[in-house]
Amino acid sequence: MKNKLKKIFSSRNLGDLIFEKLTLLFAVSVFLLVLLMGYEMYLGSKLSIDKFGWSFLVNSTWDPVQEIYGALPIIYGTIVSSLLALIIALPLSIGVAIYLAEVAPPWLEKPLSFLVELLAGIPSVIYGLWGIFVLVPWIRTDVEPYLSDKLGFLPFFRGAPYGFGLLAAVLILSIMVLPIISSISRDVLKSVPRSQREAALALGATRWQSTMIVLRDARSGILGATMLGLGRAIGETMAVTMVIGNRALISPSLFDPSYTMASVIANEFTEATSEMYLSALIQLALVLFVITIIINAFARLLVWRMNRRWKTT
Amino acid sequence: MNSRFFHYRKKITSMIMMSLTFAATLAAIVPLIFIFYYTISKGITYLNLDFFIAMPKPVGETGGGMANAIVGTLMLIGIGGAIGVPVGIMTGTYLSEFGNNKFGFMVRFLTDVLSGVPSIVVGVVAYTMVVLPMKHFSAIAGGIALGILMIPTITRTTEEMIKLVPHSLREAGLALGIPKWKTTLAIVIRSAWKGIATGVLLGLSRAAGETAPLLFTALGNRFWSTSIGQPIASLTVYIYDYAKSPFEDWNQQAWTAALVLILLISILSLVFRIITRSKYKTN
Repeated sequence: MKNKLKKIFSSRNLGDLIFEKLTLLFAVSVFLLVLLMGYEMYLGSKLSIDKFGWSFLVNSTWDPVQEIYGALPIIYGTIVSSLLALIIALPLSIGVAIYLAEVAPPWLEKPLSFLVELLAGIPSVIYGLWGIFVLVPWIRTDVEPYLSDKLGFLPFFRGAPYGFGLLAAVLILSIMVLPIISSISRDVLKSVPRSQREAALALGATRWQSTMIVLRDARSGILGATMLGLGRAIGETMAVTMVIGNRALISPSLFDPSYTMASVIANEFTEATSEMYLSALIQLALVLFVITIIINAFARLLVWRMNRRWKTT
Repeated sequence: MNSRFFHYRKKITSMIMMSLTFAATLAAIVPLIFIFYYTISKGITYLNLDFFIAMPKPVGETGGGMANAIVGTLMLIGIGGAIGVPVGIMTGTYLSEFGNNKFGFMVRFLTDVLSGVPSIVVGVVAYTMVVLPMKHFSAIAGGIALGILMIPTITRTTEEMIKLVPHSLREAGLALGIPKWKTTLAIVIRSAWKGIATGVLLGLSRAAGETAPLLFTALGNRFWSTSIGQPIASLTVYIYDYAKSPFEDWNQQAWTAALVLILLISILSLVFRIITRSKYKTN
């Protein structure tokens, strides 16, 4: 029916043709934009790519004075801070998602969902500001002394309680990714048909057991949500730069300062005086671009597949 | 006996786990309350008329305002919107009207992926594309970065909102012999307008809160400037600079700037809501 109408009207009408091509033009431009972004960064980092090649990723010296650029400590800091943040945020997010999708009465669900989404809307520089003046002092005076007192025998909790460092970044990142993972997971849980729950409850399952069944049905979607959160954590710039201490260092201790790809770029880009320095920073941006694209592509596919699964049945 | 015990244990486990999910939700909201509490209580001390109409004072002098940064932020989201809004709406229209093919799928996928690209990366791209050829930092470079960042949000909301318009409305237009483009513009997009405006608002307010893509595009400016070819101040970059500064007075002003930024975003959403509501009523 729709196709028939389309044929009758659009093939004859010049206006329709123009309209379609015009919107197509914009769609093509978005398509090209993403390609152009990758290409621009490749061009910008050619100097550094030619000189360092793959050793850029495994060399652990980042020394602008000697013009040696190895991003290993920076990649390490990025991965460790993001993964630890996920470990904290994931169980909480799933709890929030379950509460909002399965437990909360409708009158409570709406305002609570709104609040969680509000958390996602706060500009990251405000998280950073709060981090510098509230979170970091608290970590310095309470959290780090406590941790080194009780768990100081572990290498993760040693060193001077400076406040700025990996721990602060991990905490702030976990607050920031929580609303993303929980709101997408909530949608995924809600897309699981009611009949799944009703069947479980009818067989005598408790509410928790029926929730576990729903969770198992939704696991690929929740994995997708988690990956989206990971992508966000890896690329998060301002809040991390403001609290992580900004030093390219591989250390097991959470109290030590660290560095992430995004925070190196934010911190050093305007100071990059030589062409090689700038090129190395652009290469870092390229690496970040590729990593986040892979993570996001994977995550989107998981979430899409999940949503489609229930729609077709 | 035994089975009853298991029955109770099952029920108790269920109750404990369910209350834990509630505890998780509360734990998620605590930071929100903290952040709002500190931003309001610390920000309000410097919130006076001067903050909106005066210029920043040089190092060492207390007081002053951020008139240039407020105007700068508005200009930057204006430039960003001039790029991101048309591209987003047109692409979203394409996706919903003609996008049921492989290319549409690719574009949809790429916009989703683009929304996950870190904003600092977009800043780097704007730097290589605009700042390097122009040889200096400028408001236009920052605006372009923000525009790119708005595209995914606006595109996807537009598509979703147009898809929500009932098919019968479209068919009614076509049955009257109205060409498809006119039907789409005058009937479909018009009835989806409120939803699209929400997407636009979301895009603009996110852009207003961006800092990373502005650091080396718009850069910042301690003086009054409304030229798009020159570096321009913004609230977010001021918050960043002033938060890192050793001067307590500047730290205080960073909180006030944060409060003003949140107010600005709220006002933006309020204005939009009023505009869209009155438009809707006349329909």
